[in-house]
Amino acid sequence: MNVVYVLWLREVKKYLRSRVQIVASLGSPLMYLGVLGFGLGPVFQRAGEGKYLQFMAPGVIGMTVLFTAMFSGIAMLWDRQFGFLKETLVAPVPRLLIMIGRTLGGATVAVLQGTLIFVVTLIAGFRPASLLAVPLAFLVIALIAVIFSALATAIGSSIKEMQGFQMVMNFLVMPLFFLSGAIYPLEGLPRVLTALTRIDPLTYGVDGVRGLLIGRTHFGVTLDVGVLLAVGVLFVMFGAWRFSKIEA
Amino acid sequence: MIRVQHVVKTFGKVTAVNDVSFDVRAGEIFAFLGPNGAGKTTTIKMLTTLLHPTSGALELDGLDPTTHQTEVRRRFGVVFQDPSLDSDLTAWENMDIHGVLYHVPRQIRRERSQALLAMFELWDRRQDLVKTFSGGMKRRLEIARGLLHTPKVLFLDEPTLGLDPQSRNQMWTLVRNLNKAEGVTVFLTTHYMDEADRVADRIAVIDHGRIVATGSSAELKQRTGTDSLEEAFLKLTGTTIRDESATAADQMRQVSRVWRR
Repeated sequence: MNVVYVLWLREVKKYLRSRVQIVASLGSPLMYLGVLGFGLGPVFQRAGEGKYLQFMAPGVIGMTVLFTAMFSGIAMLWDRQFGFLKETLVAPVPRLLIMIGRTLGGATVAVLQGTLIFVVTLIAGFRPASLLAVPLAFLVIALIAVIFSALATAIGSSIKEMQGFQMVMNFLVMPLFFLSGAIYPLEGLPRVLTALTRIDPLTYGVDGVRGLLIGRTHFGVTLDVGVLLAVGVLFVMFGAWRFSKIEA
Repeated sequence: MIRVQHVVKTFGKVTAVNDVSFDVRAGEIFAFLGPNGAGKTTTIKMLTTLLHPTSGALELDGLDPTTHQTEVRRRFGVVFQDPSLDSDLTAWENMDIHGVLYHVPRQIRRERSQALLAMFELWDRRQDLVKTFSGGMKRRLEIARGLLHTPKVLFLDEPTLGLDPQSRNQMWTLVRNLNKAEGVTVFLTTHYMDEADRVADRIAVIDHGRIVATGSSAELKQRTGTDSLEEAFLKLTGTTIRDESATAADQMRQVSRVWRR
């Protein structure tokens, strides 16, 4: 467990020391909250859907966690090419422990970043329906973080060039976000879009967080958590398998 | 200490190492020389369990690196051609993580980290982030880290690349002293022939994936009828410039430079 702990601690220390990264990563969520939250708010309200900021705040938190967790894959790519990864690959420890340490570290950073955005949404006017549900919402946020941190580990283990990750951002991460129902309700969508939202794990994450924070859920929190747990196990196994195949 | 017998490593249609055999004795400093792309790093990667040979047999301290990975990994330290330190951590933190990864008990980890950082003249900078270090300091730290778990073999893959003459001189003096004091076997690669001439007990020259000569510096000079190791090396490997295709690491370095601008 010491191995998992030191590798987890490494990720957290690096995050806390990188103030530029912390500030820079607030950019997109603030833009979504500011431009979409206030820009589309009146339209959303006229459609009888209530306050848009209340609706989209859980989505923006989910987006932050998704992006931060996926960026841990870039960090791994960096480490892999001319950094620290080789040091861990030649160490006399099972690669599974290394993978778990890295993944939990990336997930923790994503949760910390999500917490920061949660505070920002509170300042912007977001109000959870029940304060008691907030810790439960953060458990769902932690699940989202583990899922996408494990996916990032799998991707970081499979590609060797930074340009490859750019493709991942454009063709995987952005669709995951836009199909998750983070910025629009899941009801009344065209059939194809509905099918696509159903196979996006982030959909269940955002729905679960939204259900716990404002009491509005499409699938029900129990189903959301069940799907997230199943996908989490699958992605961690996938990440561990890809990580075990790395050749330096 | 190290035995390599008829080892072949292919990547698709490319044969990087072709029927290579040599032995390294316990306690000696062994230089593995060759032009770019000759197969040096591939050989080190096979010995350090990062790559599996296509065929042939490897042995490190009596163990097969392909079947006894964990036991073999406990027995060597390695300084890679590319830096493998975490620049966002301090020197002490880099040492400490290494100690945990190699299961060095906490008290011994602290004592040995202290001794090695002092030996490599980094003790005063132990709480500084590695990204503030010069190239020479980073290399010294990598060697210190590689020795933390008291390995029997230390692999040094072009450890003095890009260092100024003072840093190179200091590093080899330290390596020589360590070799004598702790009896650690050193397996090194370098493009600086004067370094190999000065520190190595024995030398193997590899070219196009094949060993073309093995012996002491004096023996290689005598065999080729030359006065310096550099001349002997050129006589053995020719004067044609070797081009290596850019590796992913090279490309990443390029990206990194652009980002820094």
